[in-house]
Amino acid sequence: MASSGDIREKLRKKRQALQETLAKSKNEDDVQEPEGSEEDPGETLKRTIRAQRQRKKKKLLEQTLVQESHDNDDVEEISTIQRDGAEEGSAEKADHSVISLRSQTGSQKGLSSRAQQTPSSQPQSLDDFVKRRLEERLRAARSKGESLQQQEASLEPASRLQGLRDRDTVTRFDREVDPDRSGRHDASPALSTRVKFREAARRVGKGLPNAEEAYNFFTFNFEPDPPDESERSSVKRQKQRKIADRDEGRGDEAEEQEEAEADEDNEEEHENQSEEAPLVQNEEEDLFVIDQSPQDFLEVKKAVYVGYQNLIQRENEQLFTPSFRTVPTSVKLPENMKPRYLEDEGLYVGERPHVSLTNENILENRILKMEEGKKWFGDDGRIMALPDPIKESSTRPPLFHMEEDVDPSLQTVYRKALKSKYANLYIAGAADPEGDYQLDVDVSGLIFSHHPLFSREHVLGARLAQLYDQYLTRQHNNLTGHLTDKLNGLRSALRNMLEIHGGQSLTQAMQQRFSEYSLEIRTTRQLRDSEQEKDRTLLKNIVKVWKELKALREFQKFSNTPYKLYLRRENVDRASDEREHEDEILAEVVEFEAESEEDYQKKLTEYNKQLEEWKLWRRKQKAKKKKKKKKKKGQTHEDTEDEEQEASESEGPIEEGPPKPEPPERPDFDSIEQQVREKASRIRRKPGEAILIPELSASGNITASELCPRPEIARRQDVARRSLFIKILYNDKEVSRTDSRSLNTDFRVHFGQIFNLKIVHCPQSINLQVFEEIGSSCSLLARVFVPVPEPSVVTGNVPVEEYEFSSNQRVMFDHEGVGSDVPLSFEADGSNKQTLLTSGKLSCCVSWGIGEDDVPLAPPVSQQPGGIHSGLDRLDAVTYIGASGLYDMKKIGEWATQSRLDPNDPKNASIMQLLKVASSGEVTAPEYFRLEHLQEEFNFVTDEELERSKRFRLLRLRNREVAEFRNYKCVPALEREVTDKVFQEYEKRLKEGEIIDTKEHLDSHRALVAKYLQKIRESVINRFLLAKHHYVLSDLVIEEEIPSIGILGLNLFKLAEPKRPLKPQRKERKKVTAQNLSDGDIKLLINIIRAFDIPIRRPQSNKPGQAPQSAIQGSDWFLNQVQVRPFVEVSFQRTVLQTTTADGPNPCWNEELQLPFSAPNGDYSNASLQSVKDEVFINMFDEVVHETGVNDKDRGKSIHTWVEKHWLGSVKIPFSTIYSQSRIDGTFKVNTPAVLLGYSKERSHGANGGYDIMRSLSEGTFITLFITMEPQLVPGETIREKFDSQEDEHLLQASERFEREAAQGYPDRPCITTVIDLNGKTVFITRFIRPLNPPQEFLDAFPNNPQEATALVARFVSLIPSLPDRVSFSGACDLWSTCDQFLTLLAGDEEEHAVLLCNYFLSMDKKAWLIIGTAIPEGPTTYVLTYEQSRYLIWNPSSGQYYGQYDTFCPLQTIGCLVNADNVWFNVQEYTTPMRLSFDITKANLWKPFFSRSFSHPGLSSVQPEELVYRRTDKAAAAELQDRIEKILKEKVMEWRPRHPTRWNRYCTTTLKQFLPKLEMSRGQDVTEGHRHELQSLLGENRISGFPLHLPFCEIRPIIEAVYSTGVHSVQVSNVEFALAVYVHPYPNNVLSVWVYLASLVRT
Amino acid sequence: MATSNPSVFLLTVNGQIEGANFPEYDDLYCKYCFVYGHDWAPTTGLEEGITQITRKNSQSSHRLIWNFPLETTFKSTNPSGWPQLVVSVYGPDAFGNDVVRGYGATHVPFTPGQHTRTIPMFVPEPTWRLQKFTGWLLGRRPEYTDPKVVAQGEGREVTRVRSQGFVTVSFHIMTKDMKKMGYDIGPSSPANTASVTSGWSTEEQQ
Repeated sequence: MASSGDIREKLRKKRQALQETLAKSKNEDDVQEPEGSEEDPGETLKRTIRAQRQRKKKKLLEQTLVQESHDNDDVEEISTIQRDGAEEGSAEKADHSVISLRSQTGSQKGLSSRAQQTPSSQPQSLDDFVKRRLEERLRAARSKGESLQQQEASLEPASRLQGLRDRDTVTRFDREVDPDRSGRHDASPALSTRVKFREAARRVGKGLPNAEEAYNFFTFNFEPDPPDESERSSVKRQKQRKIADRDEGRGDEAEEQEEAEADEDNEEEHENQSEEAPLVQNEEEDLFVIDQSPQDFLEVKKAVYVGYQNLIQRENEQLFTPSFRTVPTSVKLPENMKPRYLEDEGLYVGERPHVSLTNENILENRILKMEEGKKWFGDDGRIMALPDPIKESSTRPPLFHMEEDVDPSLQTVYRKALKSKYANLYIAGAADPEGDYQLDVDVSGLIFSHHPLFSREHVLGARLAQLYDQYLTRQHNNLTGHLTDKLNGLRSALRNMLEIHGGQSLTQAMQQRFSEYSLEIRTTRQLRDSEQEKDRTLLKNIVKVWKELKALREFQKFSNTPYKLYLRRENVDRASDEREHEDEILAEVVEFEAESEEDYQKKLTEYNKQLEEWKLWRRKQKAKKKKKKKKKKGQTHEDTEDEEQEASESEGPIEEGPPKPEPPERPDFDSIEQQVREKASRIRRKPGEAILIPELSASGNITASELCPRPEIARRQDVARRSLFIKILYNDKEVSRTDSRSLNTDFRVHFGQIFNLKIVHCPQSINLQVFEEIGSSCSLLARVFVPVPEPSVVTGNVPVEEYEFSSNQRVMFDHEGVGSDVPLSFEADGSNKQTLLTSGKLSCCVSWGIGEDDVPLAPPVSQQPGGIHSGLDRLDAVTYIGASGLYDMKKIGEWATQSRLDPNDPKNASIMQLLKVASSGEVTAPEYFRLEHLQEEFNFVTDEELERSKRFRLLRLRNREVAEFRNYKCVPALEREVTDKVFQEYEKRLKEGEIIDTKEHLDSHRALVAKYLQKIRESVINRFLLAKHHYVLSDLVIEEEIPSIGILGLNLFKLAEPKRPLKPQRKERKKVTAQNLSDGDIKLLINIIRAFDIPIRRPQSNKPGQAPQSAIQGSDWFLNQVQVRPFVEVSFQRTVLQTTTADGPNPCWNEELQLPFSAPNGDYSNASLQSVKDEVFINMFDEVVHETGVNDKDRGKSIHTWVEKHWLGSVKIPFSTIYSQSRIDGTFKVNTPAVLLGYSKERSHGANGGYDIMRSLSEGTFITLFITMEPQLVPGETIREKFDSQEDEHLLQASERFEREAAQGYPDRPCITTVIDLNGKTVFITRFIRPLNPPQEFLDAFPNNPQEATALVARFVSLIPSLPDRVSFSGACDLWSTCDQFLTLLAGDEEEHAVLLCNYFLSMDKKAWLIIGTAIPEGPTTYVLTYEQSRYLIWNPSSGQYYGQYDTFCPLQTIGCLVNADNVWFNVQEYTTPMRLSFDITKANLWKPFFSRSFSHPGLSSVQPEELVYRRTDKAAAAELQDRIEKILKEKVMEWRPRHPTRWNRYCTTTLKQFLPKLEMSRGQDVTEGHRHELQSLLGENRISGFPLHLPFCEIRPIIEAVYSTGVHSVQVSNVEFALAVYVHPYPNNVLSVWVYLASLVRT
Repeated sequence: MATSNPSVFLLTVNGQIEGANFPEYDDLYCKYCFVYGHDWAPTTGLEEGITQITRKNSQSSHRLIWNFPLETTFKSTNPSGWPQLVVSVYGPDAFGNDVVRGYGATHVPFTPGQHTRTIPMFVPEPTWRLQKFTGWLLGRRPEYTDPKVVAQGEGREVTRVRSQGFVTVSFHIMTKDMKKMGYDIGPSSPANTASVTSGWSTEEQQ
């Protein structure tokens, strides 16, 4: 398409070039062309008539010819259509055909005109050629036409049919068959050009309805077929064109210009077209011209077939088919504009709705056709579009629609219409018909204090009126009078007081009062004076303004205002007046004197004080000076001058001291009188002067308009034109408006209208808007906000209030009106300018209406919901309760007392009244604010009571999931049924938090440690208590994992696998989350497969030393003698199961044991499961069958046997390991006692040589186990909380990245770079590694044998009890403690052991690393790797054992990373087992270092202490402990044997006791066989079986467990004796090694 | 139990799981169980059960009828943890695998008398489309680890469910000694039998 598009583009360009040249030529010579389409009506009429005549003349002949040509044409047309069909969109095509069909039947006009059309895009160069061809054609056609004339009648229908048929086939098929002929899409353009042309022709006819009408009018009878006319005209035109030179070319040009957009390229096609078209055209033309026969008066016409092509054309002349080509951007944009992309500029442009490109192109093309089409295009050249408004998903939930049985819950329910739920906006009760509220708004009138239309006189008048108002109010208040009275009263009171107390000395209180009075008098007098002054100035001002007004009136010779001021003179009795005046002055003078005297006295005392000070200071100075002088005197004489200087200098600072105070002047009493008199004359009426009382009246005349000058007339007219009205807005909604009243000359408007508003909504605002109307336009002058009245304010008892308003609009006039906001001056020189704003007073009142029976139609106060918007201050909670306004009262009262309100003051009268009322009620509002002031009402019992309730406490504790009450069932319903017993345990535990039972721990230090651990544990548990209630999807929903591609592939592969493979592999089972389990749901499955190298029985012989030989004796012995008959007993949670008995030292059981598991408290949550401390004991026993004797007495021989089981060894696996591992699979070393009496560890010699090699690598007994749980539980996720850290953020990120990469690349290799220390902080792991000194005595013990020392150190570490974090911290997290913490706590996980061991090794100058890996059975764990003597050793820190790198039975299975103090290396080798690893950490392709060159080690300091300090071993404590353990164990053994007497063989015990220290010394390694022989010899006849147990000490309980699990006590032979010896070996820091030697002796 | 001072009250639930309306599914059966708090204990009757498989009537309605009786008596000391009936409906899918068709729960009505509850049912949705597809293909739709999950509020926010169908249950409730223990459950007249179940369905009902 692109290529063809290119071609098209080129062609078009070429064509355009041609067109341009053509257009030029055309413009030169042809102006007729445009005329053709726009002829004036007269000409057209003429022409049509002529044409009509012509036609009538020759209609018959012509008709036939037309048809003729038509037929020819059709064929051609079809061919073009074919191409067309291939080109154009099917839709378009369909349209065409449909429309064409319709138009065919509908009308037949313009039938032949089509033939005239010439193809477009005819280049000029072709013109001649075309012409020639046309002529030829014409000739041919003519002859043909003549020959065909006869056949015409018969031919015509056929042709039509054919036409139809052809069209059909063509259109349908070709589109499909030839979709690729894209290059040849010329036909349609060709057609369209033609159509255009014809259109022009049509317009000639159609565009002039007048002519046509006229024609119709004339020819209606004859002529049923008016369209022919157009044909005529076109014919005519054709003729004209014929005459014109190169008319064809021109025609084409015209067409082409019209058709600029349409694209066509195939020149040949055009040629064909043009060849054809002229043929017809010429034909017609010639015929018309030639045959001027009488026939043309006859109009006989038959049905005319309209060719398909014709129809298409006809349609096209009406229809515009926009192209679907992309419009170049340049066309769409204004010239010289580059598209601008808003998105690129960073502006947000919404996503445009999706429109297919084709449609968009079509639209663009169409729009461009239109006028101003470009305005539809945005800056980016695309059609402007709003963002897509369609949402992706339906917002309405889908509904199932079923015809008959709609679900009952979905059935449509019809309800009664409800009132809007916004009822809370309304006044409560307003919805009721009776509860209607009415607000009466009385708008009485409006007075302007300034209006733009005021004349100057008005301004003055208004001012005068204002002043007069002021005067009146002052007069009304009569403040001066009141103050004078008060003053007089005070004076007389003072006088009285003085009189009463005469010359007596005044008491303190009296003095106080006296001074208070005088103070009062003074202030009152000052107040009165100022008031009097105000009165006086007001009066003066009034007079002044009035004078100005008069002057103005005189000046302008007319008056606008009716104001007249009278000054009423009230004569007074001069004498009395003067007397009063004098009295007053005298009194004042006296007071002044007294005051000034007092003042003076005060000042005097002050002065005296200051003087005193000054004198003192002076004296000091003098003394100083004297001293100085004395000194100076001793000096030499020459210095006198200096001295003097100095003296003066020293005088200088002296002068700067306190200045000598000036004595206060005595008040000049004469001047006082003078002052008083002056003041009196200023502020008071002169004595004897008449009192002036101004009276303002509006009785003056206003000069009639006729007499006024012109500007004033204009002003008055303007005034008359204005009118005012007021809109009443209630809650910002217009509810009513007053009538419009015209503005009077006095600028007062009277409305006097009362509006009764029936309200539903709470009143929020009442707003009156003053509008001024000039003619029909009105403008808002001002708004007046009227407060919402109190409910008590009801119509009838409220005075009309005046609300001032003003507007700051600037108005200027060219007439007398002064305008508004315009500076205005009354002075002649224009100074003293004033700016007046439109202002005025609106008098109105708003009140609640009164109902019929005098009920106020106001909503009750409390029902104003919230009152929040009421405009009144009702926000207070107290008010909300109903105590309205109380707080105000109190405040007012306080304020009143504080400010000494004069109760006599008339201004205060109302306040005093209020206060009296309020204080009588004694209501005090609280001084605090309450949020939920009604809360107390809802508390049904007090908190204390609630606290005391035992039942409630129980419920609360259970809800808090306190361990004791977590699953407490059936809390009693009644308080009295809750016993105190329930809480006993809990309370005990709470108390015990402080006291630790030392008996349990046998050691005070350990007790403390236990307590500490407990605390840590609790804090951690509390921290994760919330996290436990956090669920993830997998907790709730079981969902199939999505099979990944790999798994899918594997599954496919598996299809080909054998159904029952020879070596079946264990499959992963579905995991079950633990929360929905109950007792008995979980089973522990232990699959005991086989064991190797079980110690074999030593034949009973009394000869010591022979035994080893006997074992190696001949095969006959081997066959006869059973070496050992081992079986395995598994005990877990006191359930004991055992396997069958097998034979030989390498038995194979392959048995599955199922042990039920029950969680503590029946709580199967993750946390509780993780903290299960139970261990699985797998004990291996030898079944020994004794024949007690043969009984021959009865018939036959019966043999009585009894079975004894001898403990051989055990494996201990904690449940937490199984739980976290979910399965344990492997071969474990069986913990065998160092000495096993009666058994030897000699290898059997019957085994194959192949095994020997393997076995030779290791010592000891091994057992292969598979342990899992059914159902498989999901181990609790350790919550990786973001712990705070002191590490560098950079480092933390790097470590996170390192771990993540490791987890991605090698998911099964543990990788740890950061750990959490005991404080809960994240610490980088290398900080834990640091060389630390082991106890010195270990190093001293074997000074020459470092090997031994190493072993001793390892042993020491392994003796520190192990306590998995998972157990102690509910699996919440893995906490690492530093070595000193570890040694203090004496409990820790593998990692603590490993760290300590590693640090010891480092300090012993070994190369040591920490191994982070997985081992069996621990799971993820930490080991230590050392490099010595060119081989790598792997140390198990918990057992103190080491393995070579190539040891098969090394429990370490996977090595994830190595850590030392400097770096962390992650294993990136192919394998993870130590055997296949290379430990060369320098190779980066084998070990990926954390710190590399790109990220170097930042020099992390260690968290470990510099040095470890060890406490000395306390031998005495160890001995004590030893005794206690022994005692406890003996008690226990006896307890376990309730039915049998337990006898202790003292002799044996003491013997055993001697062995134990030796065992400790040799660390249980190589036991001298001598012990046993010794024993044997000592005990003679006794059959002895026993063994020493070795345990690290942490608590007594595990020791008991271990003893119990050996089952020594279960020997039931009557003559059995026991021996038990305990040895506790103390190591530094209270690390204790416990040995328990246990033996049973049976006398044979 | 004839003491004047009872220490427990009794709640007897009789009724039946009447049927269900699952427009798209057929051959369904229903499991039910009661979920109750710590202070409750069943005294008689079945705590859980499973109904027969039922099919739709070919002619008329879409209703599936089980008419499976419920009869249980609880004793309790505390109304907290009032029993809830949890129903879960299962049926075969296009491949014949038994898949869950809906979970739903409702509290046992408080007031004595007859009550009818329509429980809207829902199923957990797969986390993503592919899972949906594979689940459909393998006949293993997401299921709750325990149907009782729908009776508890905790942890539900992590699930996405789609609603489908309704189960209708009728209850006949009797209580004993509740008033004596101080729990007034209001008038026990049958007037307010049409009462509230969960959510919107009831509003439509009334």
